[in-house]
Amino acid sequence: MATPVRTKAVRLEPTSTDGEERWNLRLYVAGETPKCVQAFEHLKRICEEHLQGRYTIEVIDLLKNPTLASGDQIIAIPTLVRQLPPPVKKIIGDLTNTERVVVGLNLTPITKAKRTNK
Amino acid sequence: MTGLTGEAARSTGAPPSIEKTPSGISGFDQITGGGLPKGRATLICGGPGSGKTIFAAEFLVRGTELGEPGVFVTFEESVLDLTRNVGGLGFDLNRLRAEGKLAIDYVHLDPSEIEEAGGYSLDGLFVRLKHAIEAVGAKRIAIDTLEVLFGGLKDQAVLRAEIQRLFRWLKETGLTAVVTAEAGEAGELRLTRQGLEEYVSDCVVQLRQSVSDQAATRYLRVIKYRGSSHGTNEYPFLIDETGFSVVPATSLQLDYPVSLERVSTGIPSLDNMLGGEGFFRTSTILVSGSAGTGKSIIAANLANATCARGERCMVFAFEESPAQIERNMRSVGLDLATWQARGLLQLRATRPSFYGLEMHLVAMHKAIAAFSPRTVILDPISSFMSAGTAHQVKAMLVRLFDWLKMQGVTGLVTYLTNSVTREETDVGISSLIDTWIEVRDLEVAGERNRTLYLLKSRGMRHSNQVREMLISEKGVTLADVYFGHDGVLLGSAKAAEERKRARDERRAEDEIARKERLLELKRDIIEAQIAALRAQYAAEEDETRRIIQDTRRSHEAQRTDRQSMAQVRTELGSPLGNGAGRS
Repeated sequence: MATPVRTKAVRLEPTSTDGEERWNLRLYVAGETPKCVQAFEHLKRICEEHLQGRYTIEVIDLLKNPTLASGDQIIAIPTLVRQLPPPVKKIIGDLTNTERVVVGLNLTPITKAKRTNK
Repeated sequence: MTGLTGEAARSTGAPPSIEKTPSGISGFDQITGGGLPKGRATLICGGPGSGKTIFAAEFLVRGTELGEPGVFVTFEESVLDLTRNVGGLGFDLNRLRAEGKLAIDYVHLDPSEIEEAGGYSLDGLFVRLKHAIEAVGAKRIAIDTLEVLFGGLKDQAVLRAEIQRLFRWLKETGLTAVVTAEAGEAGELRLTRQGLEEYVSDCVVQLRQSVSDQAATRYLRVIKYRGSSHGTNEYPFLIDETGFSVVPATSLQLDYPVSLERVSTGIPSLDNMLGGEGFFRTSTILVSGSAGTGKSIIAANLANATCARGERCMVFAFEESPAQIERNMRSVGLDLATWQARGLLQLRATRPSFYGLEMHLVAMHKAIAAFSPRTVILDPISSFMSAGTAHQVKAMLVRLFDWLKMQGVTGLVTYLTNSVTREETDVGISSLIDTWIEVRDLEVAGERNRTLYLLKSRGMRHSNQVREMLISEKGVTLADVYFGHDGVLLGSAKAAEERKRARDERRAEDEIARKERLLELKRDIIEAQIAALRAQYAAEEDETRRIIQDTRRSHEAQRTDRQSMAQVRTELGSPLGNGAGRS
């Protein structure tokens, strides 16, 4: 594995807090499959680009914690769940389609100072 | 299982046959000759409300009863909804979950909150299934309805590949699976909307609901069963408070056991007509007749006799309510309420139009199986004519009668005939009947009277006489009928005839007595005459004998005289003595 994905929950702590809205993201994986590794990498990249300092990524390996699957109604692997801000959004797949992820998470580019709370 | 059909028996007899596991669903295991293919998946397809979920739920619940824990994967209903819905069928899913015999996983897919961005697998689902299976040590799994995935996920190619992988995986786990699927549109070649039958190829069962004449009937059909023969017909089934029941009713064989045991009809004089002993047990009896001829009363007497023997009896009434039957029969001296209270008699009233014929059959089947009576009465079967065509009614009755015979049950059915067809039932069931009693109204001299006769009674000596059926508060009696100059005499005409005959008889007896007296007199006279004649004769005889004696004596004297005279002459010198002869 080029980039190790921890099989335990991995938390990327926010690098800054400026009173802006916090993003809690959860990535469900099942073992270190290429798709899961890819998804994590893509997610990290997108978050750094759009949500620098305001996000948390929790990686849950269902092979280790199968009981957690039903809580977020996980069927597909990998699945990204946006827990905060509401409403809950789910994006499935290895997140190669960045545009879809951005649209799906309702992200606006960080270059704009003010984000609409849509 | 004695009721196995021939095809099923063959499949179980073949050595390399597929291993089956009983579904536990009443009747289904008989159709399939043992149940579902063990360790394989079975596809249950059907339209909305056809009973797929219930089939799946019962499969699991019965499995727990057979010591096989199960997993229910529900895509459509939440755990709470599912528990509630099948709770009405007597399945307590909460208890089974608490006992660790059942796991339910509600897999919810909301397409509006899911975005697809790149390749994925359904490992999440696999993980959940695996977890649930391991949690209870499942031997069975039900998936209801997998097709929801098609609505929730866009990438059909991935989906199909994953579903294929799912079924392969299920097979590897060795679980017996039931997978439900929405039926395909009418006219489509595919059985299911998403063509799931491509993945589940071991056993496919179709559920269907058909409405004819506003009466709905549920049907089940085994479309495919790889490696096993199976009944291919559509079997009616019922879903009620105890779950699913399928009637494997189309019996093609005539191999039911027969009984030589006889059971009383409850009417002693009718027993007498039937060789003195009544019906054969397990025979099928038809009582036909026009309205108000007492068919139900004959039926009720059989019910009464059955209960009096301490056996259970079940009456299906299609025209009267139980209370009404009970009251009416009280008027002819039958206390049915007591038997009901003692649990020996069950009266079930249903309107024929309440549901389709097949449903009636299934309902009766089920009720009989639950109560296990020795006698079953259907009163009257002619009312089924409103629920189907003659052919359908006959088909249903054939199956019912066959089944009753298989169960060793005596069946009595009544049939309301109209005055035109008389000895002919509209449904043409006469050939199925062992003993046929016809009750008929005869209108003579301004009154209607009931007559009863036996059209046939297979396998026993039976009376060919027409009897008059007399119904009173004491019960039913059958009396001989009179044949007068104008035919059969009944009722008051019969009473008049009886009196007339009695009068005639008395008169004849008087006449005979008189003649006998006359004869005696004559004999006395003649005897007196004989005595007189005898006396006369005796006197005459006496007289005659005396005369004969006298004559003989005088003759003797004369001869003596002549001899002495001849001697005298010889002494006088006549050598020839001729003179003596001439003198």
